[in-house]
Amino acid sequence: MTTLEMKNVSIEFPGVKALNGVDFSVESGKTHALIGANGAGKSTLMKVLSGAYDHYTGEILMDGQALSIRSPKSAMDSGIQIVYQEVDTALIPYLTVAENIMLMDTVHNMGKKQWVNWKQMHSKAATILSEINLTLNTKKLVSELTLAEKQMVLIARAVSKECKFLILDEPTAPLSHTETNELFRIVLELKRRNVGIIFISHRLPEIFKICDEITIMRNGEVVERQRVSDTTQNKVVEHMLGQELGEQFPERSITFGNTVLEVKGLTDREKIKGFSMQVRAGEIVGIAGLVGAGKTEFCKALFGAEGKLVAGEIKVNGKRVSVKNPYEAVKNGLALVPEERRKEGILVNESVESNLSVVNLGRFSKELSFLDRKKEKLVAKALINRLGIKTPSEETKVQNLSGGNQQKVAIGKWLVAEADVYIFDEPTKGVDVGAKKDIFNLIVELASRGKAIIYASSEASEIMGITNRVYILYDGKSVKELETNSTNEEELLFYSTGGR
Amino acid sequence: MEANISAKKKTPTKMSFDLFQFLYKYGTIITIIALIILFSLANPSFIQGNNIVNILRSISIVTIIAIGITISLTVNGFDLSVGSVASLSNAVVISMFVWFSQNTFVAIISAMAAALIVGILNSIMIVKMRIPDMLLTLATMFIIQGTALTYTKGATVSQNMVMPDGKMAEGLISPFFSKIGQVPWIILIMVVVVVVVHIFLTYTKHGRYMYVIGGNTEAARLSGIPVNKYKVAAYLLSALFAAIGGIVLASRVMTSEINSGAPYLMDSVAAAFIGFSVLGAGKPNAFGTFVGAVLIGILANGLVMMSVPYFAMDIVKGTVLAFALAITYYKQK
Repeated sequence: MTTLEMKNVSIEFPGVKALNGVDFSVESGKTHALIGANGAGKSTLMKVLSGAYDHYTGEILMDGQALSIRSPKSAMDSGIQIVYQEVDTALIPYLTVAENIMLMDTVHNMGKKQWVNWKQMHSKAATILSEINLTLNTKKLVSELTLAEKQMVLIARAVSKECKFLILDEPTAPLSHTETNELFRIVLELKRRNVGIIFISHRLPEIFKICDEITIMRNGEVVERQRVSDTTQNKVVEHMLGQELGEQFPERSITFGNTVLEVKGLTDREKIKGFSMQVRAGEIVGIAGLVGAGKTEFCKALFGAEGKLVAGEIKVNGKRVSVKNPYEAVKNGLALVPEERRKEGILVNESVESNLSVVNLGRFSKELSFLDRKKEKLVAKALINRLGIKTPSEETKVQNLSGGNQQKVAIGKWLVAEADVYIFDEPTKGVDVGAKKDIFNLIVELASRGKAIIYASSEASEIMGITNRVYILYDGKSVKELETNSTNEEELLFYSTGGR
Repeated sequence: MEANISAKKKTPTKMSFDLFQFLYKYGTIITIIALIILFSLANPSFIQGNNIVNILRSISIVTIIAIGITISLTVNGFDLSVGSVASLSNAVVISMFVWFSQNTFVAIISAMAAALIVGILNSIMIVKMRIPDMLLTLATMFIIQGTALTYTKGATVSQNMVMPDGKMAEGLISPFFSKIGQVPWIILIMVVVVVVVHIFLTYTKHGRYMYVIGGNTEAARLSGIPVNKYKVAAYLLSALFAAIGGIVLASRVMTSEINSGAPYLMDSVAAAFIGFSVLGAGKPNAFGTFVGAVLIGILANGLVMMSVPYFAMDIVKGTVLAFALAITYYKQK
């Protein structure tokens, strides 16, 4: 039996202490769960272990012997392999399964050889696949594989070299039920072959199903290490929760107007299955669920950004509307503040003022679509004041603002549009505490002006702090509807992790 | 006084950065001025009014076609088919006169219609089939080149040409049409095109939308901008300006040579990319494109005057394009 230990590991990034004196240990032949809320430091810890960072302090030991892990190669040489959640970043799509599995071999072990031995490569890859009981054609192109199969290829690649410890970073988040079971079969097979598995997941039932031990992290520190059989899901959730954020949130209204948005049986092509909801004027409705539960997909599907819906109808102010694309969504009074701010929410190379005017340029146009630059500037200045956007001037490019201020711009642009329904998808992601509070105030102010608000977040504390009512998503389905006042974070997490 | 001193103290640390910024903004214009001085010293007739008109005339077709490319660049596209489209519209407009004895109006409308069909084809394939812009327009470049050649049966179309049946073509090019390619009209058309497109891109809602789409297509889509409509519009406009370029070319040479538009592609691409940096715009813009065309025109004209052989000209033009691209992409890093 081999023991892998991390002792007193700390790492800092500009302005953040991501890990603070973490002790962590795993044994071969066991499955060890690593769990914690978003930003708790799980992924950072595993990146340290797999050699992605070289500026940490502390020690990594294997069987009491110090390892020097400062690069991915040194980690692999020590027998520590990782399969990241974003499988596509590690695969070369237009090469075959065999070439992808044998990639490390080709890169590091070719030596003076110049010629590729195709026959040997395919037979080696096939052997590795059969060793972990996988049936995959080694001549297939990786671009033709499903997400689950790509994951298998990466696992096969990891065990193609000497593999004592395998880190799986949220492997099940994008998988369906059957695919998850297939993955578990492989995990157990590897365990039988005395590989130590570190399993990062947000889904508690899975952890209780296949893991032997559990380490819980919070705010860059380890708070608990236990045998899985000695604890319960509720206890784990209690350890995961941070301090109350309640005082951050403004007072919410409790009187609502008529139903503004009504969604019935919304189903998209990929993830969302039969989602129904209503939102009244002045009401803030939460969409809770873990990362990968389908919150973003739902927000986008509602906004027409996922293309045509498979089924379902959307009513705004009692009128049935067709939302085939975002253009129609905006025309029908919907507004979306997307999760990926830099990619989807703001125009980094444009000025603050043209960012703020972009969704309703019609309002700033004169005859023949000529722009009214003066009016644009005036409105931009007013919005900058109102939202407290910290910027040298309205002509500053948005890429020069901080994350929180960028988010205020991403929200501010929709205030110009005067929509009826505002959809916020993880609006506080990467936003500092001060700006968070401003954003919460803004959302509550919108609600008090009679807007219908949808607030999607995987942060249970935010859902508790700001919403009036909440729908919980699990694997693309709405599993529970709760009144926020009569629930608590434990209950939210319980349903989010698949409890029933 | 104190402020003055502190300002001076700060300069050395920021010097290198500021120098690059300065060159980025004004480099093209400084180069133009330097070239004018250089060529004038080498040959005083370079600066004479005559020659200046000559240069402006020589760049007008390039500029008009480059404006089309500029519009396709604003939506983060790239239309390589403009040279072929110019050839096609040149062939159509001349053949309308010579083969079919049509009037000026019909001839010009037909040429534009032919180009717009190409624009529709381009935009449908790009928007609906999602083929990357540059690859698709590379394909259509060849398709349209072939179409133009097939249409003219691989021959030069001109007045009094011999038709397949042995007779002479009877149609004549109208005297009005022949004016388009002459000074001052050719220069005026160029100026109008540049000014109108500059105003369109800078001062109208639609221009702003195009830049927004080019800057971040996904954010534009999620802001409710009908992205596809604007992409289609951009390719239609690009084809339209290529057609205008081809028509002006037709009027200037009064014939339709084989692949007459092809040589303009390279110059137009260069002009549009040189234009990125002019006055620090950092994005495709009509005025910059005009300045780019001026730079290329002056280079070509001056080098000919200095007896550089015409067949070496592509080396110079290619180098200028590479240099302009280097500045644009180095800045982006």
